[in-house]
Amino acid sequence: MTKIKKVKKVAKSDTALDSETKLSSAEAKKLYREMLLIRRFEEKAGQLYGMGLIGGFCHLYIGQEAIVAGLKSVHEPQDTVITAYRNHGHVLLYGVSARAAMAELTGRSTGCSRGKGGSMHMFSVENNFYGGHGIVGAQVSMGTGLAFAHKYKNDNGVCLSYMGDGAADQGQVAESYNMAALWKLPVLYIIENNQYSMGTSTKRHAAGDLYRRGEGFGIPGEQVDGMDILALRETAKQALDYVRSGEGPYILEIMTYRYRGHSMSDPAKYRSKEELADIKDNRDPIKNFKALLLNEMKINEDEIKEIEKEVKEIVRDAADFAQQSSLPDESELWTDILLPVESVA
Amino acid sequence: MPIEILMPALSPTMTEGTLSKWIKHEGDKIESGEIIAEIETDKATMEVEAVDEGILGIIMVEAGTENVSVNTPIAILLEDGETLESIENSIESASSVNKEETLDMPQEDSLSEPPVIKVQTKNRDILYAQGIIIEPPSFDEFTSMGETSSRTGREALRDGMSEEMRRDQDVFLLGEEVAEYDGAYKVSQGMLAEFGEKRIIDSPITEHAFTGLGIGAAMSGLKPIIEFMSMDFAMQAIDQIINSAAKTLYMAGGELGCPIVFRGQNGAPGKVGAQHSQCYASWYGHIPGLKVVAPWSGADAKGLMKAAIRDPNPVLILEHELLYGQSFDVPISEDYVVPIGRAKVERTGSDVTIVAFSIMVDRALAAAEQLAEQGIDAEVINLRTIRPIDRWTIIESVKKTNRIVSVEEGWPYAGIGSEIAAMVQEHAFDYLDAPVARVCAKDVPLPYATNLETLCAPQPIDIIVKVKELF
Ligand SMILES: Cc1ncc(C[n+]2csc(CCOP(=O)(O)OP(=O)(O)O)c2C)c(N)n1
Ligand SMILES: [Mg+2]
Repeated sequence: MTKIKKVKKVAKSDTALDSETKLSSAEAKKLYREMLLIRRFEEKAGQLYGMGLIGGFCHLYIGQEAIVAGLKSVHEPQDTVITAYRNHGHVLLYGVSARAAMAELTGRSTGCSRGKGGSMHMFSVENNFYGGHGIVGAQVSMGTGLAFAHKYKNDNGVCLSYMGDGAADQGQVAESYNMAALWKLPVLYIIENNQYSMGTSTKRHAAGDLYRRGEGFGIPGEQVDGMDILALRETAKQALDYVRSGEGPYILEIMTYRYRGHSMSDPAKYRSKEELADIKDNRDPIKNFKALLLNEMKINEDEIKEIEKEVKEIVRDAADFAQQSSLPDESELWTDILLPVESVA
Repeated sequence: MPIEILMPALSPTMTEGTLSKWIKHEGDKIESGEIIAEIETDKATMEVEAVDEGILGIIMVEAGTENVSVNTPIAILLEDGETLESIENSIESASSVNKEETLDMPQEDSLSEPPVIKVQTKNRDILYAQGIIIEPPSFDEFTSMGETSSRTGREALRDGMSEEMRRDQDVFLLGEEVAEYDGAYKVSQGMLAEFGEKRIIDSPITEHAFTGLGIGAAMSGLKPIIEFMSMDFAMQAIDQIINSAAKTLYMAGGELGCPIVFRGQNGAPGKVGAQHSQCYASWYGHIPGLKVVAPWSGADAKGLMKAAIRDPNPVLILEHELLYGQSFDVPISEDYVVPIGRAKVERTGSDVTIVAFSIMVDRALAAAEQLAEQGIDAEVINLRTIRPIDRWTIIESVKKTNRIVSVEEGWPYAGIGSEIAAMVQEHAFDYLDAPVARVCAKDVPLPYATNLETLCAPQPIDIIVKVKELF
């Protein structure tokens, strides 16, 4: 019998500053820089979309930046990461340059998928980021497979398998939970609960609490505030330790909010302006973290300004680079369908 | 009557074996359950038990005979009071009758050109399954249009659904974002307001299960319309569509039908990458038990939607994002129902037949315009139905034009074009002045970059080039 760890509700951030995940000022500045890079990049992407330079579906990560930044700061380099189409934030923090990411969004030869994947399909396998998938829920089974491989290879790695609140409803997610629990696979299931599955609010699509969906399988779960990067880091660290110790999977439901529409074409009429404004004003992860850096960690305002300037420059440069890059060569159409047999021999 | 003892099968796959040994001999009395002979295959040996009792009259296959086919009579058992003499005549006549019966297949001179049959009966499905060319359901394309108004493709689909929902309380719509959001592509705009949340239902993202749920509801007599936001996501549910919806009627010997409509955007809306752009016409067209339609015009959209909802079988509608916003003249009549199984000649011509469906009809018509300027008079067929495909209209057209090109958004391998090529060779080979040609997507996963994507999907110029190769 697996003992079910008692689920706790929301982790408290006040303890986080002096806990084992206590931040040095260098680390704090790094987190701030990363979150800001994602936000500015996404704002620019939204702008390029409006100019017709990015097409199709384009899902922005604005509002959710603390999740990927926070989690990345507490896991080990050998760990693997996989997510769905809302992947720009991941891509930027897992080794893809802003240039290569923006060039992919605009379908250029210099894009990280050489213009053939687009906004939803970006990867950085050398940094253990496995993409970038368009079919809701599919990445959760694949993430369970990455965890299977960690165990098989005994490399002490954990897979961080991301999904949205909507994805959590997919049948293959439950099937994955079962196998992961049965075989004690090292996988941290991360539910980015941004309150909406497209235009359907969580209470209209999901019965019960998402972090408790593993209970029947003996998988512990926990809910944490994803707008508070310190609380998030703290809880995530403990969850990762649990998974890494060989106890099997763990479900982390991270409460967050996306500021923009589901994808660029979504006018987001299903929610009120007040709801969004309230979050932006009171719970914005970047704004609040900046205040913490200034007021509690006593980081110099000039240093922060410096970061902001640098980030702005990176994003401007990425947009220029993307626009100046050529479209893929037409011969690219026929490449990458299969690997040549020599290369797998 | 004497009883024939037949060569038994040791396993379901065994077709023949060796009759190695007779344990009983002619004239022996046999009880049921007694072992009378031994047979063997390369895999095993088995004893043959008598099922009935009597006297072993004649051994018809000697011990040691190899390659005895399963079900061949190997001996005759005489029942009480029968003698060898009394039965000899009747055996001979019986076995000769048997032979004739098994050989009495329809004589296949039809192989070169199978019969063409004009029927308007319920036998259509049987004849279709047998690959026979039958005249499509009758329908006066022109007068049935009646009064029209300008509607977009999405409005036409919506009107088709709404009219049927007003007509039949058992019809409901289930899918992701169909209700409060009015549909991801706004196809169900206003339907929640009109029909309420009992009949317009937002589902979680659980394609496999909500498809199964819809099928269950259909089996109990409701008429669900299941919307897939994109047909790409129906791959999550394809087991339910094929194994449950399409096959159950057959497996239940006609007892349990499934009046359901599956529908969604199919093909490439543009710039959404390889996982959101596939054409599934040939996937579903492959499945007996399923009907598949792919409307092009607004009239197709409305008329086929209504036909699909009224059909007692599972019908899958392949819609196209690029047609949702296109305007057409659409009949306002609530009785405008386009029969499933009937293609439409959108443009008559005498030099070459171009067969297309969905968005490709636009491209085929554009190509035909340009070909006309170059002196080639093309006939354009809008398939409308993928399955049962209207073989008649295709074959009749080829007989007239002697050349045919199929156009589709899907990949070439085992595509709709492959089926058309096979069909034309089988039924109109002698009429062809050139090989059957196909225009398909490039055989690669669809790339994102605009220039590469444009290269993939058939454009009018690709059709023109292909047509000209045939002259
Ligand atoms: C199998 C499947 N069904 C439907 C879709 C269409 N779709 C894309 S994103 C989405 C909503 C997903 O919401 P959630 O999992 O909460 O992630 P979020 O977009 O909020 O990050 C839907 C319905 C899809 N891509 N794949
Ligand atoms: Mg969500």
